[in-house]
Amino acid sequence: MLLIPCPFCGDRDETEFAYGGEAGNERPADPGAATDEAWTDYLCFHDNPKGPHRELWFHRDGCRRWLTVERDTWTHELRSARLSRP
Amino acid sequence: MRRQPFRTAEGGHLIDRTGPLRFDFDGHRHEGYRGDSLASGLLAAGVRIAARSFKYHRPRGVWGFGAEEPNVMVTAGIGEEARPNLKATEIPLSEGLEASGQNAWPSVAWDLGGALGLAGGILPAGFYYKTFMWPARWWLALYEPLLRRLAGFGPAPPAPDGAFHAKRRVNADVLVAGGGPAGVAAALAAARAGARVVLADENVRFGGDLLRAPGEIGDGDGLAWIDAATAELEGMSRVRLLRRATVTGYYDHNLLLVAERAAGDAPPGTPETRLWFVRAREVVIAAGAHERPLLFAGNDRPGVMSASAAGGYAHAYGVLAGRRAVIAGNNDSIYSVARLLRSAGVSIAAVADTRPDSEAPDLPCRAGRAVERAFGSRRVRGALLRRTDGRAGDRGERIACDLVAVAGGWSPAVHLHAQARGSLSYDEERGLILPDRPGGANRSAGAAAGRFDLDGCLAEGWAAGVAAAASSGHERAAGEPPRSPDRSAGDAPVFWQLGGGKRFVDLQYDVTAADVELAAREGYRSVEHVKRYTALGMGTDQGKTSGMAGLVLLSEALGRPVARTGTTTFRPPYTPVPMAAMAAGLIGEGQDALRRTAADDWHEARGAVFTAAGHWRRPRYYPREGTGEDEAIEAEVRETRAGVGIVDVGTLGKVDIQGRDAAAFLDLVYANRMSSLKTGRGRYGLMLREDGRVFDDGVVMRLGESHFYLTTTTAQHHAVMQHMEYLLQTVWPELEVYATDVSEHWFAAALAGPGSRALLGEAAPGLDLSDEAFPMMAVHAAAVADLPALVFRMSYSGELSYEIAVPADYGLALWTRLLTAGREHGLVPYGTDAMGVMRLEKGHVTHAEADGRTTPDDLGLGRMVRADARSIGVRSLALPALRRKGRQQLVGLSVIDAQARIPPGCQVAESGDMRPAPPLGHVTSFCYSPTLGRALALALVENGRARTGQTVHVASPVTGFSTAAEVVSPVFYDAEGVRLRG
Amino acid sequence: MAAMQRYSIFSLLRGALSGHRDWQPAWRAPEPKSSYDVVIVGGGGHGLAAAYYLARNHGITNVAVLERGWIGGGNTGRNTTIVRSNYLLPENQRFYEHSLKLWEGLSRDLNYNVMFSPRGVINVFHTDAQRDYWIRRHNGMRYAGIDAELLTRADLARLVPALDLSPGIRHPIVGGVIQPRGGVARHDAVAWGYARAADALGVDIIQDCEVTGIDVEAGRVTGLQTSRGPIGAGRVGLAVAGHSSRLAEMAGIRLPIETHLLTATVSEPVKPFMDKVVSVAAAHVYVSQTDKGEVLIGGTLDGYNSWSQRGSPARLEDILSAACEYFPRISRLRQLRHWAGVMDMSMDGSPIIAKLPVEGLAMTGGWCYGGFKATPASGWCLAWTLANDAPHALNAPFSLERFRTGAVLDENGAGPVAWGH
Repeated sequence: MLLIPCPFCGDRDETEFAYGGEAGNERPADPGAATDEAWTDYLCFHDNPKGPHRELWFHRDGCRRWLTVERDTWTHELRSARLSRP
Repeated sequence: MRRQPFRTAEGGHLIDRTGPLRFDFDGHRHEGYRGDSLASGLLAAGVRIAARSFKYHRPRGVWGFGAEEPNVMVTAGIGEEARPNLKATEIPLSEGLEASGQNAWPSVAWDLGGALGLAGGILPAGFYYKTFMWPARWWLALYEPLLRRLAGFGPAPPAPDGAFHAKRRVNADVLVAGGGPAGVAAALAAARAGARVVLADENVRFGGDLLRAPGEIGDGDGLAWIDAATAELEGMSRVRLLRRATVTGYYDHNLLLVAERAAGDAPPGTPETRLWFVRAREVVIAAGAHERPLLFAGNDRPGVMSASAAGGYAHAYGVLAGRRAVIAGNNDSIYSVARLLRSAGVSIAAVADTRPDSEAPDLPCRAGRAVERAFGSRRVRGALLRRTDGRAGDRGERIACDLVAVAGGWSPAVHLHAQARGSLSYDEERGLILPDRPGGANRSAGAAAGRFDLDGCLAEGWAAGVAAAASSGHERAAGEPPRSPDRSAGDAPVFWQLGGGKRFVDLQYDVTAADVELAAREGYRSVEHVKRYTALGMGTDQGKTSGMAGLVLLSEALGRPVARTGTTTFRPPYTPVPMAAMAAGLIGEGQDALRRTAADDWHEARGAVFTAAGHWRRPRYYPREGTGEDEAIEAEVRETRAGVGIVDVGTLGKVDIQGRDAAAFLDLVYANRMSSLKTGRGRYGLMLREDGRVFDDGVVMRLGESHFYLTTTTAQHHAVMQHMEYLLQTVWPELEVYATDVSEHWFAAALAGPGSRALLGEAAPGLDLSDEAFPMMAVHAAAVADLPALVFRMSYSGELSYEIAVPADYGLALWTRLLTAGREHGLVPYGTDAMGVMRLEKGHVTHAEADGRTTPDDLGLGRMVRADARSIGVRSLALPALRRKGRQQLVGLSVIDAQARIPPGCQVAESGDMRPAPPLGHVTSFCYSPTLGRALALALVENGRARTGQTVHVASPVTGFSTAAEVVSPVFYDAEGVRLRG
Repeated sequence: MAAMQRYSIFSLLRGALSGHRDWQPAWRAPEPKSSYDVVIVGGGGHGLAAAYYLARNHGITNVAVLERGWIGGGNTGRNTTIVRSNYLLPENQRFYEHSLKLWEGLSRDLNYNVMFSPRGVINVFHTDAQRDYWIRRHNGMRYAGIDAELLTRADLARLVPALDLSPGIRHPIVGGVIQPRGGVARHDAVAWGYARAADALGVDIIQDCEVTGIDVEAGRVTGLQTSRGPIGAGRVGLAVAGHSSRLAEMAGIRLPIETHLLTATVSEPVKPFMDKVVSVAAAHVYVSQTDKGEVLIGGTLDGYNSWSQRGSPARLEDILSAACEYFPRISRLRQLRHWAGVMDMSMDGSPIIAKLPVEGLAMTGGWCYGGFKATPASGWCLAWTLANDAPHALNAPFSLERFRTGAVLDENGAGPVAWGH
């Protein structure tokens, strides 16, 4: 069970959070101009590294802030957690 | 006859001889002492056959001393109260304890299944993969049931575990796993340094190996030092000592599970298991080591046991595992065990040391010799010793005995280290698998790290404690580490077996050396293959004694070094954990929250029949005297459509949206436009997922220029809230919008029916309800029943309708006051079933239709979607598959036979014969419509709208139901919306 | 090569007479050749099945299966062994039913008892909405020619005496459905049986051989870099579910797959008390009892990208409490072992069995929870796709392209959220 250092709430168990997937998956600024390929890249084709991963977590049962977390998907070592919107 | 024929006259530091306890095993009454384990009690009573083996039903006796016991698993308790598969070494003896052997009939002492042993020849490892294939039907009918009946150990009584189990969650600076000399030293050092320490040990008393054999620490008795140290620890407020507590699992970010068992004489109310979830900054793994077996023919006979265990029973319990012993091993421990047993009264027949040049003048030493065979069937009666160097002419020496104590060296308990994903290394010279790089904030110490001398264990434990405390920020001086004169390395050369015959590697699953060799011969060369092919190490002892022997045998069979063979994965838990403890607090009422609306008390008093809606319970209908469920629901519909009804909609999600960019945000979140809403007006809103599928719907009300109030469905409330917070915090952080979940703040009820205006007019005299002043989709703040309320004019039922929201604390008051006021108006409360009928008659969609696969167009809502591709999900609607012709579309189905009623889960098919063929679609919602006098359904049907007017069949092959229906518009009732105007 | 040594009760008896010293290796341990017509990456059930069907159905025997560790050591050896074809979407129904039919003849086909045991797979439901869904699903199966039955509470009481059907529990059970032909199989035996049969047809099974690179020239796959040297290949099939992303990446291909953990656990073995596989969807738990007597319990994903094979105790508490809630007697047992499988979670919950955008390269993966039951058909379809350089009608819907066009196969309607399926 992960221990996630929420910048507001301190170290909290993973059970208080909801996972939000890859953090760097930018929504196309103008979806209407995006090709089907560019749009479905955003929708379905995400980073899936075995190793360091930047990802989103939502402190659902806490401050309800979305966090950007750096975590290793193999060791689960958690390097940082900061607010997605400072 | 003496009650405890194998009990010594004195000694045994774990038992209290002041009064005997009685216990039953397999229907026989025995006596033991408080402090005994069931295993020591059985040995004291002279019970040698205490179990039957898994496959061959061979008689088995106690082998070990603690968690490593492979043989004696019993069912403790009787009937409903029984618990299967408990290790006799871990069951504290208590007055009246009833236990029975397993996997045997009629008893472990006399087991007819023993005949299977004779068939052993055709049942080598993996035999079932090679046969039982013909004839095919027999596998399920005969072979498998037979195999299944043979499998398993104890029975599982049908009643739930009625005992009290509990959980605790604590933080610690340092968790020390194992309370032997290394662990106690570590805990003491860390605690003196100022750390918050948890020290957990599986035994009833701290001391580890010192429980089994005496040792010296400082100038005195080792256990006395342990007692003094633990007394000091007990006096420190930041230290927690857990006895009978096994650290079972090591999880992410240093979370460890510790299963604490109640003492045999624990006061009532003590949890039988207390599961500790310990989040530790640092962990010291001082879990000790397990004694290894030696392989020889008959090494499974009752009376062959671990030498340290044999010594331990004498030292700790004053119990003799036999009267005349052969002690055999490959390391110095055999001499101390021999002296210990001798002083307890066992006659030592021989001490066989595999090493050629060892000697002990005070003992009948047989250097360079090992056991080749143990004689006896129901119990060991002798041992054949032979030279280990294979010198010709050695005819062996047969020695009569009733105990063969074997000492094959030690396997460090690297389980926790490995669970934490630390790496392991194999020390070829010492024949040890050792912890290498730790996989987390932990360090191993003592025997768990391959240190077998007492002095080394103390030093290493102390150093680990100091270091762990320092890493967690505590560096006060801890003083000097304790010392011991015992500095013997305790190492053993790798020696496993002598001779041929049935040499058991895994006692629990009856895996022999020949099985391992067979697996290797057949190409199962990976250690994991061998484990899976032979079941070696898969038992409830998790291979604590067998693992290393199997590994060495396999490496020999393959002719490759042990280091290349590697180990199987060490999976948690280290020892089995009661399911009931894992489930503690989470079953029964604890399984799930139960949410009730503010008016729930009224519903309950009125006798409502409830339905589950996520965590909520909602009234499904209100039963009526003298009629059935269907009639009651139909009456609720009829009376609402004819007069006025009221329904509790307090479960809907409600969100307050404010801020400069609120309108712009809602334009992006909904597929239809919200910024054009005028203040005081509302609009139906359709929310999409980013993949273009309908996500949720609700109503958005504009309360001010930059202030909105919206509703979500009950089911998606949390998902919608999370979605909006996601968008605001990560996608459009530049928008100034505050989204607040106000679902808990508001209660809401809807008045529906032509009589709703008159009733509301009475309840809210200040409110002008004329169409001009209060048109459809308008919102007003007003006092309703003297309560501050927001009133929305909107309709789900298709009738003139108002939804009234009040602060949740007023919810019950609103509800009861409206019911009172409504008495003269014939106000009828209705539940979710009537609501569902009315919404279906109006063709409104729910999550049965918006099932995560449907687009707005599929549901006939395509015209609501505005062109702006920036809004969530709109861009996806342009993908080819979402625009494709021939998609399933929402239609209404009007059942032609007015008597027919649609059962649940129907498909829609071209014909009514129910023969396999691709269906046209499926029913999403269905009801009997009292309004139209026939069964209706909403359905998703391929090209559905183009089929309007056609006849299709609604069918449920699993119930043999089929009926014809006409494809119609999904709006069955009042398509023009006349009734909404009242 | 030598004919395969037949297994039967008679060969066992003969073995007993010779002390079981004459058993041949079930498969050889060959050195890799410099090149093969087809190389399958991944020696789990799927890859070994693909190799077997390439040889048996398509006559392509110059085939190697490369396995990084030991065969059957990935998800083949870490699952809950359930076999069923009770799917909602027609594409899934067709594919899994084909698989189930292969299962039904597999032991004799391979001359290796994979212990496929059609004891019936039951789903129970608690609410009207769940009832509608499950019955609809099983009605759809009937239209697809698949066996399916509705169960009343009385039926459930008879078939699964261990199930708590009392109205007093938090989410009382109101009914259920069963696919009688569904069941379980012995997971390891599936890999071993396919390996032995493929080996007998000439396939080289090469263990301890890690693929480190995929050679692509002019848009066409030409071979593989491995820990045991380069190996040329006319065509390459990837069957590495759990690690599909990493292998595809070696060929420069990004997949709509994320890797997630699924926890499962077993109890200590007890005498048989339950012979059905029972899934309690509302509690996200499914339970069966193995031939060994262990109660095997599976649950849902841990819910975040992970390759760690180590589940969270929080998830264990969830699934074990659900198991104890609905099967009260389980609370008297003890948890023996738990583990987590590394799942290829696709973005629509359905697999990808398809040619990839490099000539000569195809894959089977994205199995989410469902890979074990798919083993025969997955190998069968991958073999077809490699042999014909085109998908079979059974696997044509499971293309990579569907994620571009929106023609996804979203069995659960969860949307493009890998961990939502």
